[in-house]
Amino acid sequence: MAEDDAPPPRLIARLDIKGPNVIKGIHLEGLRVVGQPGPMARRYYEQGVDEIIYMDTVASLYGRNNILPMVEEAARDIFVPLTVGGGIRTIDDITAALRSGADKVAINTAAIARPDFLREAAETFGSQCITLSIEAKRRGEGRWEALTDNGRERTGVDVLAWVVEAERLGAGEVLVTSVDKEGTRRGFDHELFKAMRERVTVPVIGCGGAGTADHVVAAVRDDGLDAIACASLFHYDHCPLVDLRAALAAEGLAVRFPPEAAAA
Amino acid sequence: MITVVDYGRGNLFSLGQALRHLGFAHTVSSDPADLDRADRILFPGVGAFGDAMEGLRARGLVEALRAAAERGVPILGICVGCQLLLGRGEEFGSHEGLGLIPGTVARLPGPREGDPAAIRIPNVGWRRLHVRPGAPVLGALGPDDMMYFVHSFAPRPDDPSHVSATIPVNGEDVPVAVRRGNIVGVQFHPEKSGPAGLKLLSQFLGAAIAQEPESVS
Repeated sequence: MAEDDAPPPRLIARLDIKGPNVIKGIHLEGLRVVGQPGPMARRYYEQGVDEIIYMDTVASLYGRNNILPMVEEAARDIFVPLTVGGGIRTIDDITAALRSGADKVAINTAAIARPDFLREAAETFGSQCITLSIEAKRRGEGRWEALTDNGRERTGVDVLAWVVEAERLGAGEVLVTSVDKEGTRRGFDHELFKAMRERVTVPVIGCGGAGTADHVVAAVRDDGLDAIACASLFHYDHCPLVDLRAALAAEGLAVRFPPEAAAA
Repeated sequence: MITVVDYGRGNLFSLGQALRHLGFAHTVSSDPADLDRADRILFPGVGAFGDAMEGLRARGLVEALRAAAERGVPILGICVGCQLLLGRGEEFGSHEGLGLIPGTVARLPGPREGDPAAIRIPNVGWRRLHVRPGAPVLGALGPDDMMYFVHSFAPRPDDPSHVSATIPVNGEDVPVAVRRGNIVGVQFHPEKSGPAGLKLLSQFLGAAIAQEPESVS
């Protein structure tokens, strides 16, 4: 395959939402406000982001989902895929998210509570619409436990066994967040990423720990990830998308250079 | 009148917003009469082939779409909408499609063992198209423009001249844009492909696509 035909890894901006704000923490805790979702999503679109994930960090806690109006506003003039996660519990929740302009939903807590929900969701909307979200906490050598409720609850569920089952039930891709690395900017849990990629055949999005462009390059080049979701890296401008793309291209990796017209 | 076909299986919100952004007035409708009145038809779709055909049948839209195609109304099928233009689909059993373009819809070739450049299925992400010279609508795209895909199946027209663009997937050139006369199908999502995708939509809605080759300069 010619190099210019290789699929570029998707560079995804992740917006963790609490109330009206985008927040960021470390290990999914100690949250601080970093901005407003509207202007931030707009800025990332203009910079050529490949996709945006809206994650409601308190939806599972309060049993509600308050981010759909934000997604609907974004979908009015942001024309890249939007994923909604946090508090997706029912088929009706998915319908509502898609009607608000979301293309995919990310499901964690509800799928662990009732795995068959994944199957029902995939059969109703197609696997391409259903992203399994995993919050992975390291519990030893090559072992991770799945957490729920934005890292607040233990489940005893083994991540590597769970992801295989979830793919069988119909998950069309997997978003894996390392709770240990999340917000640290010290680099990804590469062992986790590699293990995930070996276990499933659907695309894997890695998240949690990117602090430099080199971290992302390593996850793409060495771990073979299909997509990377970043929060701190973009929010704090440690490595804007333009620099990240340049770093990937410098390593000979495929990159999507979006038209400048995004700013228009 | 631009009619967006609503048969309960599409991301209509995003497509509607893209049209609004581009300044094209349009009607979103599941009424066959609105297809009879249309001079452009946008035919989106997500989900599984058989289920989507059922959504069309239940609303009496199969005959309306075929009649519009017969009249030469430009139709743009998007994703599953593109797949339904073909004669037959093989997702969850074999299902009859609209048959506006002879051919089938088949699963993407899977990764070859040990291929470091293997593409995972579903194919999710942005890809550069190999556009056939002179292909209308797609001629609007520049060499660096990429389109957003999320799919496990793709159209396979019987007649190679009905293929407007391909992408390589696990060693095969897979058709991702098809065309027969005024009937155009794209497997990707122009409404989710940033400014390049909007440019393509604008080209379809603004141009008389039967007059080829299309000059875009």
